[in-house]
Amino acid sequence: MARNVTTTRKATVTVVAWTIGIAIFFPILWTILTSFKTEAEAIASPPSFLIFDWTLENYATVQERSNYFRHFMNSVIISGGSTVLGLIIAIPAAWSMAFVPTKNTKNVLMWMLSTKMLPPVGVLIPIYLIFRDMGLLDTRTGLVIVLTLINLPIIIWMLYTYFREIPGEILEAARMDGATLRSEIIYVLTPMAVPGIASTLLLNIILAWNEAFWTLNLTAAKAAPLTAFIASYSSPEGLFYAKLSAASTMAIAPILIMGWFSQKQLVRGLTFGAVK
Amino acid sequence: MTTTYRAFLGATALSIVASVASAETLTIATVNNGDMIRMQGLTADFTAQNPDIELEWVTLEENVLRQRVTTDIATSGGQYDVMTIGTYEVPIWAKQGWLVGLNDLPAEYDIDDLLPAIRGGLTVDGELYAAPFYGESSMVMYRKDLMAAAGLEMPEAPTWDFIGEAARAMTDKDNEIYGICLRGKAGWGENMAFLTATSNSFGARWFDENWNPQFDGEAWSNTLNFYIDLMNDAGPPGASSNGFNENLSLFQTGKCGMWIDATVAASFVTNPNDSQVADQVGFALAPDNGLGKRGNWLWAWSLAIPAGTQKADAAKKFVAWATSKEYLALVAENEGWANVPPGTRTSLYENPEYAQVPFARMTLDSINAADPTNPTVDPVPYVGVQFVAIPEFQGIATAVGQQFSAALAGQMSAEDALANAQALTLREMTKAGYIQ
Amino acid sequence: MATQHSRSAAKLMISPAVLLLLGWMIIPLSLTLYFSFLRYNLLMPGTEEWTGFTNYRYFLTDPAFFAALWNTLLLVGGVLLITIVGGTLLALLLDQPFWGQGIVRVLVIAPFFVMPTVSALVWKNMFMNPVSGLFAYAAKAVGLQPFDFLAQAPLMSIILIVSWQWLPFATLILLTALQSLDSEQLEASEMDGANYPNRFVFIVLPHLARAITVVILIQTIFLLSIFAEILVTTNGGPGTASTNLTFLVYAQSLLQFDVGGGSAGGVVAIILANIVAIFLMRMIGKNLDA
Repeated sequence: MARNVTTTRKATVTVVAWTIGIAIFFPILWTILTSFKTEAEAIASPPSFLIFDWTLENYATVQERSNYFRHFMNSVIISGGSTVLGLIIAIPAAWSMAFVPTKNTKNVLMWMLSTKMLPPVGVLIPIYLIFRDMGLLDTRTGLVIVLTLINLPIIIWMLYTYFREIPGEILEAARMDGATLRSEIIYVLTPMAVPGIASTLLLNIILAWNEAFWTLNLTAAKAAPLTAFIASYSSPEGLFYAKLSAASTMAIAPILIMGWFSQKQLVRGLTFGAVK
Repeated sequence: MTTTYRAFLGATALSIVASVASAETLTIATVNNGDMIRMQGLTADFTAQNPDIELEWVTLEENVLRQRVTTDIATSGGQYDVMTIGTYEVPIWAKQGWLVGLNDLPAEYDIDDLLPAIRGGLTVDGELYAAPFYGESSMVMYRKDLMAAAGLEMPEAPTWDFIGEAARAMTDKDNEIYGICLRGKAGWGENMAFLTATSNSFGARWFDENWNPQFDGEAWSNTLNFYIDLMNDAGPPGASSNGFNENLSLFQTGKCGMWIDATVAASFVTNPNDSQVADQVGFALAPDNGLGKRGNWLWAWSLAIPAGTQKADAAKKFVAWATSKEYLALVAENEGWANVPPGTRTSLYENPEYAQVPFARMTLDSINAADPTNPTVDPVPYVGVQFVAIPEFQGIATAVGQQFSAALAGQMSAEDALANAQALTLREMTKAGYIQ
Repeated sequence: MATQHSRSAAKLMISPAVLLLLGWMIIPLSLTLYFSFLRYNLLMPGTEEWTGFTNYRYFLTDPAFFAALWNTLLLVGGVLLITIVGGTLLALLLDQPFWGQGIVRVLVIAPFFVMPTVSALVWKNMFMNPVSGLFAYAAKAVGLQPFDFLAQAPLMSIILIVSWQWLPFATLILLTALQSLDSEQLEASEMDGANYPNRFVFIVLPHLARAITVVILIQTIFLLSIFAEILVTTNGGPGTASTNLTFLVYAQSLLQFDVGGGSAGGVVAIILANIVAIFLMRMIGKNLDA
């Protein structure tokens, strides 16, 4: 970019961008602020922005009432597990569709995406019955399986579009140098595809972390992740906004922090055909 | 609070260490209402008496919980050992044989001490199938200062006409004072609980003896029109999405002159920590129209044990503990009498210390005024005061609730809402086979 | 390039994915199909009986069915419109140099991380509540009557909430596509005298075509089955103003534990969703080819 950007222009853009950024972030900011208010303060009108009695009582209550750490670990295991499993299955599949395409590849891809069209509400009972018979209810294994399967189409698809960008000649060159298929994938493809894999990995972790239908319906006490933790604070009787804010802050903080540190990766990988 | 917490930690540590070999774990599904959460905080008492039983909690919002436990018990999923259910589920589930009978609880449990109305709602064919944790009815909560300013005095047992008059007199919309706050949010347990109970006092019923829906009758028309006119004149804006919590917020911040809702709300609105009007609240029975039935409802959150569980004995011990006289005393000792789970035992209301709680007597009177086996003026083929204890009711009532909520929001006339309600109820009941 | 060896290897490598997804699709789907022909209520087990197409008949003649269909299309279309237009504008903005780019990027991405139920609750209670919400407060501060979002414009409110959740996703994808745009092309056209709108329409937009396609496809899949936000805010009401197809299936089946009816609804929803997908692929699928 050889253009000379004037300072005025940069300043204007800065102001506009920051205003919009804060406006978009505002609901989250409000939630975090509310978590430090008392319940009475949380519903007061006119609402107070920064001047109020800051208190940690909500966090104390939440910590006392439910086991944040166990829910957190469950979320980590379930999101991480389903992502890793998904990648293991998806990378070979995406490779084969990107580099050895047949006339059916497009259709197979569309079919895979269509499996995501199954409305979970309609298949809850069949899945519940199957899981009950297989002893998978309220297990992290069961959840990992379900989350892998529902996100697999997305993972495959994103990897596929990313792999399509990688020039096949490099892989061919490696093969002609005598590399086996396995080493071709592991030693040549993967390093080149790291940004794409990284961003797919991050996207999948976020999707699995926030998935609130299967995680709520297939777990009881042992495998309940943070989504259940939050659900337990949504009460129809009695004030709860401040506590819910505290619980939500505790639930989104890890992923917000992770997002902060990995946003460069996220951005780098999602090029979708624009890298030439 | 901290002592309890430390004791809880200590007891847990102790129970983990001491009972690794023979620990039985009970998974308990419960609603996240204040009283249940209090119970969770006091379980150190239980584990001290029963060191070989460990407790795992699943706490969820009422509707989600209901869906989960029903799915589980109907498919014999076996995920829960103790379930918190209400007077709606017990008759249906007991008929299916899904619940363990509780008539064989030890003698000191004193089953005859349970309030007759509540016990009746939880008994099928003479066997108690769930132990009541807390019971509630509905009543009028009003602002004594606003009533006085309007020059009116609330009788103990008001009529709906008086309520209408008082609400309109107290309303001052420019100053954000609304004469009455009522539920408007759509849902079978939300606006329809209130409207069904109210309709009983207008002489209406959901179905006649042949299961024909009655929304095309005069009684329901009177109910709905009275409700909508009252809310338009004296209710807060956005009432059609207000449920219990929204009205609670409104009342506690001083914006409501009256609020007709669950008796458990009384402990919230009189709590000076949360409520700005804690010392100005009066109570009265739910209103009537002189037809013999008042507009109050009956509900009891109760603990039940799914049939086929391997841990029936441990579960019974827990259920007995949580609903015993000793538990009530434990709460009183730790949190004060105002926070004792109300509405289950006669002995509680005979206790002179509890009588000092301002809403105790009105709660008891309200509960006793409700009769789930004869909820309406004319005979009906169902039980339930603010619901109909058939499985299809949830879906039907939620759909009807949406129609009434839309009418309240001004999106359709009351006549259209009633016509729609009639049509869809008829359709569903035919589909389910009640009407041939 | 595709030798015999790599073709069979390829088939082998794709088979786990295909087999698993096939299993995931077929087993629940066939069970659902089977249940849809039964009269099966969870609360009355043992009374199942074959009823043919009765469940389908009831679902399709439900007066709420067409409303739900229409609402679903409006919901998906509305969110797509807002997120793609908004996302493009935001991407253009964030592509410019300014101070604190990294932080603003995180601020903009943050909504995507929040659980849908939580964001719905926050929007409902803290913003849209006509008595104690922030929007009401702002309206009163300038002397206007507060607007009752969830009662007067339920579908629009839900579209707003969902757009807020998905805007980050669209922005992110469009931004990365934008950042790989060759600036020389742009500069050359500028020197040739093309003004900004022309440059945008003829150079930037075609370049973004593929990214936009990706956003549309992925978001449509998720938006067709929006559920949590509706449950938490309006419960499908008032009336059926904010009921979409998924919520209708829920209200019909889970609420009444009518497994037969719910399964029929689920099958109908799958068929309709696939029709939408085929339409989409026809319209924009060619953008996916390099």
